Amino acid sequence: MAVPVTIRIQEADFDVAQEISALTKGRTDIGAVVSFSGICRGSENDEAIAALTLEHYPDMAEAEIARHAQTALSRWPLTGLTVIHRVGRIVPGENIVLVLTASAHRQAAFQAAEFLMDYLKANAPFWKREESATGTSWVEAHHHDDDAAARWTKS
Amino acid sequence: MKLKYFAWVRERIGKSEETVEPPASVRTVDDLIAWLAHRGETYAHAFETPRVIRAAIDHTHVKSDTMIAGAREIAFFPPMTGG
Repeated sequence: MAVPVTIRIQEADFDVAQEISALTKGRTDIGAVVSFSGICRGSENDEAIAALTLEHYPDMAEAEIARHAQTALSRWPLTGLTVIHRVGRIVPGENIVLVLTASAHRQAAFQAAEFLMDYLKANAPFWKREESATGTSWVEAHHHDDDAAARWTKS
Repeated sequence: MKLKYFAWVRERIGKSEETVEPPASVRTVDDLIAWLAHRGETYAHAFETPRVIRAAIDHTHVKSDTMIAGAREIAFFPPMTGG
């Protein structure tokens, strides 16, 4: 049976519990689901953030997430996978991204979720702009995000 | 070929996409960046530090020495900050 893969890019918020339930409903082959939620923080380097606006490259973002999803499926015995990435304006406390990985056992689910997030941060074409009291500015990429993605190519 | 720009590259150039016909001497992504940088002040500003610019050809990340022959859509953008 093909492994169910759900990839969505949307402005609307998502409900984590509902997404987990959609992934596991009627299944008896799933023994573990790992859920990672990325949430908008209210401050960065001690400066308050009013909101983030996420821009993306629509066709490529979907293609890039799908490529990483396929890589995860080929590396770990997953039985389900969900990736949701929001775009548009997001205020502190709101969800930005969700990765769900399902497997018979926890190890594959943990590792695949971490792999997917590391790859998404470094390679998926999304850009954050911060709004603060002093104006708006594009968030700078962190070298450690590239390093985090690169470690998966070594082992 | 169609060019697309995102985030501050888009803002600096002042447009999100355009169609261009670079001369045959423009063979790689690096060549294209150098050619674009000479199209005016807004382009020069967007491409002032070529090493930070990322490129994708037809929705796939590419290195700056990649040949552009046959490309339908080339996108330029800063390092990604999603997730």
